[in-house]
Amino acid sequence: MSVDAAELPVAQLREEGRWRSLLDFYLTTMRTAVAEQLQYRVTNYFYMLGMIAEPVIQLVVWTTIADQHGGSVNGITAGEFAAYYIVWTLVRNMNIVFGAPFWEWRIREGQLSGQLLRPMHILHYDLAYFAGWKFVVIGLWVPIAIGLSLVFKPDLHPTPLEIVVFVFAIWGAYLIRSMFQGVIGMLNFWTTRGAAVFDLYMATELLLSGRLVPLQLMPGWVQTLANFLPFKWTFGFPIEVLVGHMSPASLMLGLGVQVLWIGIGYVLFKFAWTAAIKRFSAVGG
Amino acid sequence: MNALRVGLLYFKVGVLNELQYRVNFFLQLFQSLIQAGTGLIMLALVYSHTAELNGWTEPELLCLLGVQILLGGLIHTFIQPNMEKLMQDVQQGTLDYALTKPADSQVLVSVRQFRIWQSVEVLTGLTLLIVGLTRIENSVGVVDALTFAFALGIGIVLVYCFWLIVTTSAFWIVRMENVLELFEGIYQTGRWPIGVYPTWLRFSVTFLIPVGFAVTVPAQAITSRLHWGTLVVSVVFAVALFGLTRWFWRFGLRHYSGASA
Repeated sequence: MSVDAAELPVAQLREEGRWRSLLDFYLTTMRTAVAEQLQYRVTNYFYMLGMIAEPVIQLVVWTTIADQHGGSVNGITAGEFAAYYIVWTLVRNMNIVFGAPFWEWRIREGQLSGQLLRPMHILHYDLAYFAGWKFVVIGLWVPIAIGLSLVFKPDLHPTPLEIVVFVFAIWGAYLIRSMFQGVIGMLNFWTTRGAAVFDLYMATELLLSGRLVPLQLMPGWVQTLANFLPFKWTFGFPIEVLVGHMSPASLMLGLGVQVLWIGIGYVLFKFAWTAAIKRFSAVGG
Repeated sequence: MNALRVGLLYFKVGVLNELQYRVNFFLQLFQSLIQAGTGLIMLALVYSHTAELNGWTEPELLCLLGVQILLGGLIHTFIQPNMEKLMQDVQQGTLDYALTKPADSQVLVSVRQFRIWQSVEVLTGLTLLIVGLTRIENSVGVVDALTFAFALGIGIVLVYCFWLIVTTSAFWIVRMENVLELFEGIYQTGRWPIGVYPTWLRFSVTFLIPVGFAVTVPAQAITSRLHWGTLVVSVVFAVALFGLTRWFWRFGLRHYSGASA
């Protein structure tokens, strides 16, 4: 006996339609982002080259130290440093999000007034646009990664499982960072000096995420502290997935922790947004 | 002389403008402290794993860090704000307002905006440099100090030329706000002695993007490591680069058609 569409509960139909249109919205926004960003290849490359200077400097410094000390620092060889910092460049590209400075700009310039009129929650627009941009960025990144690999000869042998986990982990990093950067950015609803807090946040992230150096080089208590904060799960963890030799259990545990931080970040984001939007009075637009 | 007078006048107006926003001083102080703090932590990390890096001891590298932050402060105060404004003007077509004035156009675009609160960074850098110097055994002579000041001046000229050449390409490329990120990224190479970099990179950060000359040479001067030949080379290089910059600016202007203001 066939089920007539009319007999389906209306609520369920609406729910399905809602998810389908959301998916449709994401795909369309991502396509728009790709088309838009492909026009600005030079400026995209400027950004990426500037960004790549950071890991290359670290890589050179630590390789020098490793060479001075018989080939390794704390058991990390030059080839492993190369692998770490080259994977770093991909992870960094992935975890660039609609960050706090963008929020400041959006609020200060009154862009938000217009954006508030749109039918969906603001988070969807930001997530979808930057997610689309990633495809352009990764396309531009590939030649750089090949160049870096030829010069620095990374020691990288990931298993298929590690590669699969990595693909999920970089999107996890993207989501966690989107939420937390959004929360910091929303401070600009209350103060025009949000930059000070943002700088402090970035410095903390630099030290506790594995962005500056692999966390193994840090003192033990720093490593323990890092486990309980969100930062590591947006930098160090995805990199270690591919570079380190983690057991399947700890790979899964890591993904679980990422999900946890996405949840916490989402709750904070919602909370901040609800409080902030009550305060917002438009500045032009 | 006229150029100098125009520059000074603009500087005075710029300072008066900035003095209205006094809270920015504390903001800048806070940001400089964070910057110095992360720099010091990085140094401590490196030297917890090694006694010397490419022949440089920790106090010597502290001096280098001081010079890098100091020069960075000068760049952020005097050079970068003007270049940012220039880029913005090219993009929005408002450069015409500067070009129609009777003074030399290169002087005008180089003196229109200053961020004096950024000079807190200069003080931070200077403090680190002095702390570093007191921890080095051999004392600093008057000659060393003078050579240092001279080398720093050359460094500023080099960075200015580099920035103006890059910004001038906005006449063709138009959208280039990310150049800022590019320069900031590459400027970080100056935190470490230029000798640690592989040859191709050392060459790039010496001649293509003159961070090597701008930071390492003054640091070498103050730590009595400078060979006089290096100083001569940097003077010649600075003069040549300044000439090239001047030519390139005029060349770029000829290609600029204005986007209508």
